[in-house]
Amino acid sequence: MTVNDPSSTSLQLTDDGQLRHFLTLDGLNRALLTEILDTADSFIEVGERSIKKVPLLRGRTVVNLFFESSTRTRSTFELAAKRLSADVLNLDISTSATSKGESLSDTLLNLEAMASDMFVVRHSQSGAPHFIAESVTPGVAIINAGDGRHAHPTQAMLDMLTIRQHKGRFEGLKVAIVGDVLHSRVARSQIRALNELGAAEVRVIAPATLLPRDVESLGCSIEYDMVRGMKNLDVVIMLRLQKERMEGALLPSEREFYRLYGLSREKLALADAECIVMHPGPINRGVEIESAVADGPQSVILNQVTNGIAIRMAVMSMAMGGQMAERTRRQAGRARV
Amino acid sequence: MSSLKISGGRLAGNDTETTMLIRDGRIAALGDTAVREPSDRDFDAAGCILAPGFVDLCCNLREPGNGQKGNIASETLAAAHGGFTTLCASPDTSPVNDSGAVTNLILDVAAKRSAVRVLPVGAITRGLEGELLSDMAGLAAAGCIAMSNGARAVKNARVLRRCMAYARTFGLTVMFSPENQALAADGYAHDGLVASRLGLLGIPEVAETAAVMEMLLLAEETGVRLHLGQLSCARSVDMLADARKRGIAVTADVAMHQLMFTEDALADFDSRYHVRPPLRSEKDRRALLAGVREGAIDAITSQHQPHDSAAKQAPMEATEPGLSAIESTLSMGLLLVERGELDMTSLVRALTSGPASVIGRSAELREGAVADLCVFDPDASWTPDDISLCSVGRHVPLPGKDLPGVVRLTLCNGQQAWPGK
Amino acid sequence: MTALLDMDRLLDDLEAGLRRILEERGVTAPALIGIRTGGVWLADVMSKRLALKEPWGELDISFYRDDFSRIGLNPKVKPSSLPFSTEDRDIILIDDVIMSGRTIRAAMNEIFDYGRPASIILATLVDLGARELPVQPDVTGQVLALESHQRVKLRGPDPLYIELQETGR
Repeated sequence: MTVNDPSSTSLQLTDDGQLRHFLTLDGLNRALLTEILDTADSFIEVGERSIKKVPLLRGRTVVNLFFESSTRTRSTFELAAKRLSADVLNLDISTSATSKGESLSDTLLNLEAMASDMFVVRHSQSGAPHFIAESVTPGVAIINAGDGRHAHPTQAMLDMLTIRQHKGRFEGLKVAIVGDVLHSRVARSQIRALNELGAAEVRVIAPATLLPRDVESLGCSIEYDMVRGMKNLDVVIMLRLQKERMEGALLPSEREFYRLYGLSREKLALADAECIVMHPGPINRGVEIESAVADGPQSVILNQVTNGIAIRMAVMSMAMGGQMAERTRRQAGRARV
Repeated sequence: MSSLKISGGRLAGNDTETTMLIRDGRIAALGDTAVREPSDRDFDAAGCILAPGFVDLCCNLREPGNGQKGNIASETLAAAHGGFTTLCASPDTSPVNDSGAVTNLILDVAAKRSAVRVLPVGAITRGLEGELLSDMAGLAAAGCIAMSNGARAVKNARVLRRCMAYARTFGLTVMFSPENQALAADGYAHDGLVASRLGLLGIPEVAETAAVMEMLLLAEETGVRLHLGQLSCARSVDMLADARKRGIAVTADVAMHQLMFTEDALADFDSRYHVRPPLRSEKDRRALLAGVREGAIDAITSQHQPHDSAAKQAPMEATEPGLSAIESTLSMGLLLVERGELDMTSLVRALTSGPASVIGRSAELREGAVADLCVFDPDASWTPDDISLCSVGRHVPLPGKDLPGVVRLTLCNGQQAWPGK
Repeated sequence: MTALLDMDRLLDDLEAGLRRILEERGVTAPALIGIRTGGVWLADVMSKRLALKEPWGELDISFYRDDFSRIGLNPKVKPSSLPFSTEDRDIILIDDVIMSGRTIRAAMNEIFDYGRPASIILATLVDLGARELPVQPDVTGQVLALESHQRVKLRGPDPLYIELQETGR
């Protein structure tokens, strides 16, 4: 028996279809994903001005709630919030309250007292941002900055923006995601986004130990042999390989992994000549990608960083706007009564 | 002792109305004889079904414990509300029921405060740690009706083999929830479509089936009476049926929620449905239902696991597994009957005579039998909410939904257990 | 009503007004900026009429609107595009309709984020009055008084015409 609506649509979207939280790409349609990309394009232009700030979130407080530390991601969210004129508070909780046994609910109760308008949440447990979105006061927007193995929707959207900038479209594209898909929240969000935006084919290339069960059900095909998998590719996305994977008996050695699944110049030469190379970072040179490829002409890894700020400005302003519009409607509703 | 006459109800599995007279804790008369006998009190059971009191092979009463998650008084009242009269109490208490002293404590508290019959299950390993044998003979002498390792795994096959051989010595029944610890690892959801999409850590099917196979082989070798508790996989049902054909003394149960829900219940990260073993695929659910209908699975349990609210309010990985299910078990069964997935006869059997025979008891409504019974109205409905529920655990399946089946009267040993006084 | 809004005459008046004020102020090389979308069409027309050599710029003021906190972000926002630096320039800001003055306030804030201009001349095709902020156009094609249920909207770009909308009620 299905007890729940299998999408998170109702939690993320207002009755008018505006974004209210940004937790996952599940349940967001092509029109909305395109709106996010278009809005981000406008924010890229803002980043080229002499004053790189717009007043959208002036007077709002954004709390970066990082239960799992990540300086890079936190910095881009912080910069994005500041460029929207918000006040930003960075809370690195990975080392404080929760590790001392305080529950997530208790931590949240304390934070609510700070009258924040938005929480940017990163957590090692899948679903933590959903849990927070379900428990916060109405009006507070939750942005998922990566949860467990579940989703990293802003990363996936900035990757989509990068692809659109270079390829101009999604229709007909053949995209491969290579490496540790099993542990990757980014890969899950990318597969979802590519499918919704109309990519022709998404291949995951990895040994069976690094693939989730029934991964095809996410909307991709499996290729164990990277040499075969590189054929006709328009985009190749490399995933970061954590060193711990050797200890869990998932892989024999870095050397064997690099030989079979590392992106070398020889393997890249098998793809389409215009194929772009992406990596969500941070890169392990010589583990999943050859230095000459990471720094080479087909690599768009640095574009991804610039796009990250614009995408985060887009989803933050859209979600905050959705919350505010919803509040206006609520108040109007009350006034009528 | 006063007498009670119940009239107007139908016996489960029988469509004709009957009258039942209860006197001195027993069923004194049934049918026409009962109509003619005088009684001190009458109960109008018009429209209701009379069934033997339900027997639960896996129930957590949380006492001894710190009381936050429930206690014997609260959880046995909840059981009576659900139509249960006999509960096999899991040894997974604090302290663990691994000594005669704890067993005696449970029985003492139950004698004073329990609404229904509590049968303690002893810990098969000391502290449920899965390493050292507990004093099984002592536990049995104190009143434990079977030995189990609760929801925890035994360390390895060697310990498991010795547990079985030792229990066999004293003719004890062993109950295990089959799960290969190494394969289950840190998982908390079925390793399938939903877990892959949501990035939940999976427990593969083979974590159960490998353990079932291992346990069946060890039971065959040691000759112990093995009961497999809370199966979740289609393959387990097949292996169980095969083992029985080979003559292995094995019985099995399934939790009601496994018949009702699948992995889809987790689709919105709903920690409520974080249970162990995890809710699996629709194929598994159908096979488990067939197992109950065809008798390969002897019993349906509530697998009642009351918790304080904080234990369930967190991201799934940080929550404790289990549903507060005992008050909704009958209703879920009736929903399955409504949908044609289960027949009333199989449902009642799996809640009564099936589990009773696993622990060497009987559960039937005949003259002279102990008056353990439950009178429920299958056409009336109720809503699990803060007012209707008796259990400390509020994480019920299907909260706020209109559920079929209202228990009007539960008698245990002829004493009224529900409605409570 | 439509007879009052003869587009050629309106554009002639706008052009004449602009030429007059540029001469008064001694501005020889103005930078022209239109506010999306009507103002951009007008910028195109005026750029040709004034024979400006430099390409005109376009502003999307979505990020500066003061009603964000009530209705959220405009889902159709497009990047602004100013193909020149605004620092120390004399700017002609052009829009189709002025009413409350809030759009112009937002546009001026946005222009300042590109650099500090020497001056801004505001030109609007139609002035509907009903001002809520102290912002007045330097040049306007036509002043109109509408009923409360009426709206006007510039349609275009080819041909450019003004549409009168009845909002019902």
